Amino acid sequence: MADFQTDELFGPDASAAPLLNLDAVSVLACAPLARLSLRCRETGVAPAGTAFGLSLPIEPLASETAPNRAAFWLGPDEWMLVAPESHLDQVMDACETALADQPHALVDISHRQDAIIVSGAKAAWLLNTGVPIDLHADAFPLGTITRTVFHKVPIMIWRTGPDSFVIEAWGSFMEYVTGLLVQAADELKAA
Amino acid sequence: MSQPFRTEKGGRIDRAAEISFTFDGEGMTGHGGDTLASALLANGVHLVGRSFKYHRPRGILTAGSEEPNALVGIYRNGDQTPNLRATQVELYGGLEAISQNRFPALGLDVGAVNDLMSPFFPAGFYYKTFKWPKAFWDRVYEPVIRAAAGLGKPPKNPDHDRYGNLYAHCDVLVIGSGPAGLAAALAAAETGARVILCDEQAELGGSLLSEGSATIDGKLAPDWAGETIAALGAKDNVTLLARTTAFGYFAQNFVALAERLTDHISEPDPNVPRERLWQVRAREVVIAAGALERPMVFPENDRPGIMLADAGRTYLNRYGVKVGHKVLVATACDTAWQAAFDLADHGVEIAAIADMRPNPPDALQAIAQARGLRVETGCVVTGTNGRKRVKSALLGRIVEGGVTSAGDVACDALLMSGGWTPTVSLYSQSRGKVVWDEAVGAFVPGVSVQNERSAGACRGVYGLAATLEDGYAAGEAAAKAATGKTAALARASSNGADAGTGGVLGTLPHDRNASKVKAFVDYQNDVTAKDVKLAVREGMHSIEHIKRYTTTGMATDQGRLSNLNALQIAADALEKPLIDVGLTTFRQPYTPTTFGIFANVSRGDFFDPVRKTPSHGFVEEKGGAFEDVGQWKRAWYFAESGEDMHAAVARECEVVRKSVGLFDASTLGKIEVVGPDAAEFLERMYTNPWKKLAPGRCRYGLMLNDAGFIIDDGVIGRLADDRFHVTTTTGGAAHVFATMEDYLQTEWPDLDVWITSTTEQYAVAALQGPKAREVIAPYIDGIDLSAEAFPHMSVATGTFNGVPCRLFRISFTGELGFEVNVHRRHGKMVWDTLSTEIEKHDGVVYGTETMHVLRADKGYIIVGQETDGTVTPDDAGLTWAIGKKKPDFVGKRGLARPDLVAGGRKQLVGLLTKDPKIVLEEGAQVTKLAKPPAGTPAEGHVTSAYFSPAAGRSIAMALVKDGRSLKGETLNIPMPAGAIAVEVVDPVFYDKDGARLNG
Repeated sequence: MADFQTDELFGPDASAAPLLNLDAVSVLACAPLARLSLRCRETGVAPAGTAFGLSLPIEPLASETAPNRAAFWLGPDEWMLVAPESHLDQVMDACETALADQPHALVDISHRQDAIIVSGAKAAWLLNTGVPIDLHADAFPLGTITRTVFHKVPIMIWRTGPDSFVIEAWGSFMEYVTGLLVQAADELKAA
Repeated sequence: MSQPFRTEKGGRIDRAAEISFTFDGEGMTGHGGDTLASALLANGVHLVGRSFKYHRPRGILTAGSEEPNALVGIYRNGDQTPNLRATQVELYGGLEAISQNRFPALGLDVGAVNDLMSPFFPAGFYYKTFKWPKAFWDRVYEPVIRAAAGLGKPPKNPDHDRYGNLYAHCDVLVIGSGPAGLAAALAAAETGARVILCDEQAELGGSLLSEGSATIDGKLAPDWAGETIAALGAKDNVTLLARTTAFGYFAQNFVALAERLTDHISEPDPNVPRERLWQVRAREVVIAAGALERPMVFPENDRPGIMLADAGRTYLNRYGVKVGHKVLVATACDTAWQAAFDLADHGVEIAAIADMRPNPPDALQAIAQARGLRVETGCVVTGTNGRKRVKSALLGRIVEGGVTSAGDVACDALLMSGGWTPTVSLYSQSRGKVVWDEAVGAFVPGVSVQNERSAGACRGVYGLAATLEDGYAAGEAAAKAATGKTAALARASSNGADAGTGGVLGTLPHDRNASKVKAFVDYQNDVTAKDVKLAVREGMHSIEHIKRYTTTGMATDQGRLSNLNALQIAADALEKPLIDVGLTTFRQPYTPTTFGIFANVSRGDFFDPVRKTPSHGFVEEKGGAFEDVGQWKRAWYFAESGEDMHAAVARECEVVRKSVGLFDASTLGKIEVVGPDAAEFLERMYTNPWKKLAPGRCRYGLMLNDAGFIIDDGVIGRLADDRFHVTTTTGGAAHVFATMEDYLQTEWPDLDVWITSTTEQYAVAALQGPKAREVIAPYIDGIDLSAEAFPHMSVATGTFNGVPCRLFRISFTGELGFEVNVHRRHGKMVWDTLSTEIEKHDGVVYGTETMHVLRADKGYIIVGQETDGTVTPDDAGLTWAIGKKKPDFVGKRGLARPDLVAGGRKQLVGLLTKDPKIVLEEGAQVTKLAKPPAGTPAEGHVTSAYFSPAAGRSIAMALVKDGRSLKGETLNIPMPAGAIAVEVVDPVFYDKDGARLNG
């Protein structure tokens, strides 16, 4: 994995108040982003990566980052590409051009999901109130990306630091996710 | 003096902290570290409840979660929690406890008449007594049984507590923190493995906390436990969980733990959950659940003051409580002798040690002699006296062929021990099969089915030294299996608490009239030795039948105390070896577990995700009603002042047909199908042909399952040669997507096509009505909206108010219609814009109810309403949607099945009531005769029924046997108030030629 960079992409939405702001953990809404679902065969991996600006991860659960770019491995022929919102058309055009002679599917899903940043010493604990997978650093190291569930809804979870994670969920599920996170964090307020 | 049975010193209670509590309203005091049971005993209270069936006075039998008698209710926050075990309830200031199953009071209970009537309540008496007369069941028997059943009263209010959840993973989960558990945790933790150690008790340490004199590494056992626990707690790789019961062992080493966080606190912080469910996935599990002492089955073995010997020792050494001033110890094994010695050392008078064995070990007899204790060997208790507390016991001498009286002995407490039973519950839950160990005299774990091992007393390894060694070995082996790592750990050596010998199973011999005395096997369910024998006499030969006939082993401890005795009694009666009678399976939960911890966060707003559309705030503001459609909240109808639902829907329908209506269709499922083989894929998934559909055009798609039945429908637009925008029903979206993905991955991985859910990428505003074009025209750029350029069933991309837009010209109302798809975050802007714009045209916003009426006018089906999983395209009148020239599609072969092509199938038709004002009831049966004879099968049922403003009358759709051939005929809808006559018609009630649609 190249140097790990996330700050430019998944930044807090400056216009939104923190959803949760405790010493031990905070939950912040992310600003909008360009998100693309890329599906292609093996032969498309290299040209797509070149067009997007990084080499697509090919290991399960892996992510790859570059300035203003992140790519998530979601399946043997499935990636999610992330870029700043304003880069959407440019990224789509570049990828479509590069893959013109390759069977592929490139679909804009920028608005399908929203992202939040969960960070702090208790971030993994808080997420594990609803996420059934092991978030220990040995089992889920920096840069790991996976789809899983939070209680009853599907989410995507990406480790961006020892104590920070990006969670993505479909727009209409996000209230459920953040509502339950905030509620579960109540006990951290206890004396 | 308060607490007259408290020792002078010793125990792990906080003597400086005196705590007030009440039991049945009577004020008492105890200390920090007490359980309710130990505090009651310190106050000399043994009578704590009445038994289930006979209402016999009962006392505290144990010191643990297996307690069958001391079930109490605890009042808190104006409500009570029933059936808590006093042995597990930790004392806190102001605790209010009440006894149960008594009326009017614990001391005087009218239900106790059942005890005198007991000859009339033998095992299985329900089955024998309440068989006739039949009419009595509903009115007499069931109400009476229900009133008499159960112990405590259920709480009346919604649960005001909150419950937490945590998923956890570890290399080694150790269940139980006695010597085996601590040693296992130490050994596993030393390797660096991630360890979770849990114990159901308030304090970790298990049986070590009850030891008086045994030492480990030269320290008293409780002190060693304390230091060990502190050392474990300091490690980053160890999680210690006290007050945490491992209640369920499931597949793939998934173990559920219930952690009790606030029940022991006088005024808990409302931010803290009452309990937390830990859902643990462990690579390896070490079960160190220990063993339980067995009661002895002698006549009147249930009086208050009669207790298990080790419980007596625990109350003394751990809680500083003497169970009596004059204690008789009855035993068939060595370990109970230590209880007598410990009590004697605290100045308690030992009435006698009565050991059934003719020759108990000399060493024990020597210790007893040194303390001047009376020892009776070959001696058994044959009965007891004392109503609310034991006053004396009858002794009998075991002689050749029977028992002769050996007089009686006065006592205010009787400690008994029939030996030990390894706790194999969790092993059994892990689906392991126990095996009989003759040397141990008990069932022990057999082969491991999952990645688990038992250590210590729960597998019949007794004695402190052996238990520690077994624990170390189990911890090391578990860590190695989980992580491959080992570590050298100095093992502690111990002195004392040696393994004992002896033990007895089944009913004990006595010289009493066997038909008159009760010797209890299962205390909680009032099952006596006689009941078990009766069950055998009446033909119950399997332990599973005996259990259900007598209810033995069906108590909250699942028979951990009673099973072996019951088995032995049954085996004796059957004259079979014990192992041939079998053992019942232990199931989850290990101990009673709250409903709250299972419901957990799934309550109120979080019962299920609540999915909202972009118009949600608008609907709320306008006072619109919501309808739940799957997880979505959809606008149902918008009543204006003075309107009821019927009037609101009628108005909305009329305005849509006259002018224009705005409807939020964002919830419809959307799937983007992309790739060179996109058309081929849809060709296979849907009944319709797709290859010749031109980009920019739409088509209605019908999806079947393999059997040929309709499972979904929706409009599909072709955006480019290799790109389709598929819509599905709201409720079917997830299933359709999964079905498509399933076929792609398993049947046609060769196809170059991929599907992406775009349901939430787009918000959809539907404009329907003759003015629809005028409403959207000012905002649309890049699309020619004229009927010629953009006819019905078209799709194009452009912008709406400057944001990208996919515009569909489609209709689910029969009117001119457009659906504006914009990116989700622009949905609110579009909705706000259009809801203002329609006002210029006297338009309405409308909800799902009006949508349903408008589509029914046109005979459009709704999957799930007109279909129920047994409806084919032909049944629904949709044969036109099947591509006849296609070589194959999902469901094609199903449709050729003989039963689907045979006559007599139910077909979709319209129904018009003879009285146009009557709206039929959806789901009502359709018959030929107004009063069909009983047993006549229905011809079909009503699927949709509304009052239609467009038709000026009621309309209905129905599935009716051979319905299309019955047009013009009269059928009947039998209802409670009489049959409603209907005429069978074509199911299109409005604008049959579609002129409005194409406007």
